[in-house]
Amino acid sequence: MDQYIAWFLLLAPLAASVTILLRLYSPNGAIFASVGSASLCFLIALGIAWGGIVAPTPWMWISLPGSNESPGLEIEIGMIFDALSKGMLLIVTGVGLLVHIFSIGYMAQDPGRARFFGGLSIFMFSMTGIVVSTNLIEMFFFWEGVGLSSYLLIGFWFTKESAAAAANKAFVCNRLADFGFMIGILTYWILMGTVSVKPIDLSNSYHQNAVSLPRVVSILTPEEIAAHTGTAISVRHIGGVNLTSPLLLTIMVLGLFGGCVGKSAMFPFHVWLPDAMEGPTPVSALIHAATMVAAGVYMLCRVYPLLLLSTFGLEFIACIGCFTAIFAALIAVQQNDIKRILAYSTLSQLGYMVMAVGCGGPDAAMFHLTTHAFFKALLFLAAGSVIHALHEEQDIWKMGGLDKKIPLTYWTFLLGMLALIGCPPFSGFFSKDYILADAHAFHPAFYWVGVATAFLTAFYMTRLVVVAFLGSARSKAAEHPHESPLVMTIPLIILAVLSVGSGLWGFWSSDSGMKNFYHNWAINLFSDTDPIPNNGHFITVPEINTGIELGIPFAAVFFGALLSYYLYLDRTTDPLHIRLLARKFYVDELYQRRLVRGQQLLAGLLNWIDAWILDGLILRGGAYISVGFGEVFRLFQTGSLQTYAFIFTLGGVLLIYFTLFAH
Amino acid sequence: MEITLNHYLAVAATLFVIGLMGVMMRRNLIIIYMSLEMMLQAANLTLVAFSRFNGHLDGQVFVFFVITVAAAEVAVGLALIVALFRLRQTTQVDNLTTLKF
Repeated sequence: MDQYIAWFLLLAPLAASVTILLRLYSPNGAIFASVGSASLCFLIALGIAWGGIVAPTPWMWISLPGSNESPGLEIEIGMIFDALSKGMLLIVTGVGLLVHIFSIGYMAQDPGRARFFGGLSIFMFSMTGIVVSTNLIEMFFFWEGVGLSSYLLIGFWFTKESAAAAANKAFVCNRLADFGFMIGILTYWILMGTVSVKPIDLSNSYHQNAVSLPRVVSILTPEEIAAHTGTAISVRHIGGVNLTSPLLLTIMVLGLFGGCVGKSAMFPFHVWLPDAMEGPTPVSALIHAATMVAAGVYMLCRVYPLLLLSTFGLEFIACIGCFTAIFAALIAVQQNDIKRILAYSTLSQLGYMVMAVGCGGPDAAMFHLTTHAFFKALLFLAAGSVIHALHEEQDIWKMGGLDKKIPLTYWTFLLGMLALIGCPPFSGFFSKDYILADAHAFHPAFYWVGVATAFLTAFYMTRLVVVAFLGSARSKAAEHPHESPLVMTIPLIILAVLSVGSGLWGFWSSDSGMKNFYHNWAINLFSDTDPIPNNGHFITVPEINTGIELGIPFAAVFFGALLSYYLYLDRTTDPLHIRLLARKFYVDELYQRRLVRGQQLLAGLLNWIDAWILDGLILRGGAYISVGFGEVFRLFQTGSLQTYAFIFTLGGVLLIYFTLFAH
Repeated sequence: MEITLNHYLAVAATLFVIGLMGVMMRRNLIIIYMSLEMMLQAANLTLVAFSRFNGHLDGQVFVFFVITVAAAEVAVGLALIVALFRLRQTTQVDNLTTLKF
């Protein structure tokens, strides 16, 4: 029986979503089913983490034998419970449950709330699926599942044109990036001969490829490597494809990263995430801040050893993450919509995580993912509480003076903000500094950009709090806000406790946590004399340097917050006007002009071909030929039956005449 | 006067020509149809006559089948005419000129 319990992790939300979307319940029944399934998921996740629930026997879905010419294909639907997925599962189901509960209050007045909870359940199903997937194909299904639920929930208020457009944008961006992910999966399968991402299979795959790989795998061919290292390299070929080609390995790493770029909204696919804020705020909290967008980072951490096979790929990942971090932070400085500021902050923090993976610190990335999930969910839910209190007002310049009127929301928001900017001893402080230390060990440039981002983060978050909550009310709605009901504030309090405490907890238990997991993995990987990539480290082990770990980032955060506080206190308009930042570096405009127009030009051309060549020449042309023949033959029809009969008889007579008498 | 094969054939030919003239001259579908049947019976008559004078029964058996099939054909044909009448309220062939150029 034990081994079946884990299946309910997927079955419960699936059953809830299907029955809700088939309209089997009243709206309140739907809420009950959805929240119930989320609670069940959380209980099972607790059971998996501490209660000894074991992974179920996987179900072999497709099993094709391999040969010399092609690798076999084995796709199973199974579950994987290790330190990585257990932690992630707790975050997903825990934050998910809190957001479900918060939504009961937030969506209470919405007539479409059954559909909303159905969407949330689809999301819970897909997201837990991603976390427990044992192979990339299984993961890809759930990957698309979260894309679907994200699309449905961004466009929840689909009568609003901007919401429908945002949903489309998110879906198209994700599809484009997922194409890269598919290429990555295929290359992975060709190179490794398996699609499994179980640690043991990854280790085997790594060995298979690492045998022929030198320490630096970036741009050398096997011949060059052989000449360089003086050792013969066994080159594996399948169908004429050199399987140890560094180029292919780099393509694989970049392809897998492509999936992360889409889901985690890295530059240049970041444009969908701020627009996704058109969805209801609990959705922004759960999907577009805490969990789904972190799925890309999680996926990278899951296949981490294979990223090491391409140094170029790893450096590329670090660069993109680093760039996104500072890029989004700069934009956030000049945004005025409370949810958009948080969205750009999410982009920036995701940039940190991706940078951490690229810098060789998957443990730091997962740590930051965890703390970020807590405080960003908290910030979004508190923002939702503010928006709820002000009757759908999202412009921070129309708020102000809220600290006394909705104190619970204010204090929880403040705690989340302190955690986000990395103020000690809140959780963001530990995880961010861990990343910065890793970055410093990798290359100081990443570290300094990270510090600059920390400065900007402190600046714009202080601006948000000062403008939105302090000072005096600047609009009618802000004068008489009402505190949210308990069902909304209790999740805030729980998340606030987690935001404050999770960093310390992670810091104290770092020996037994994620680091240990990767450490054990590393020992398994490098137990023999294989070359160790990434300058000899499986994961970056930062040097203990209090100046780097504590001093400089803290100074940056402190001065950022201080500067912002004095700049924005008691202001009624923004003293800074930086058009470039307010317009988000014109990326949307650039896409509109270059990509969308180009795409429309292509669409126009294809439309012309369709209308004139296919439709006009081939289809209608064929029809016109038939019609033309018809017009000619119609001439023989006089319309007089007697004429036909006469011609017929004449024919008969002639036939008889020729057969009988014409010899 | 002894009735010979030629007498039968002459009657049959007369019937056939009358039928043919009816088909070609008349304008009412029902009449045309009856004339057609008359032509058919002319052919049947020759078959029976030949059978009688050649001394074996093949022709007569053949006629049985022809009559059977003709009965079915009449049913179908009349049904078509009824349907046509319902559609157009006429059985005059001059009025059925949809296909005419």
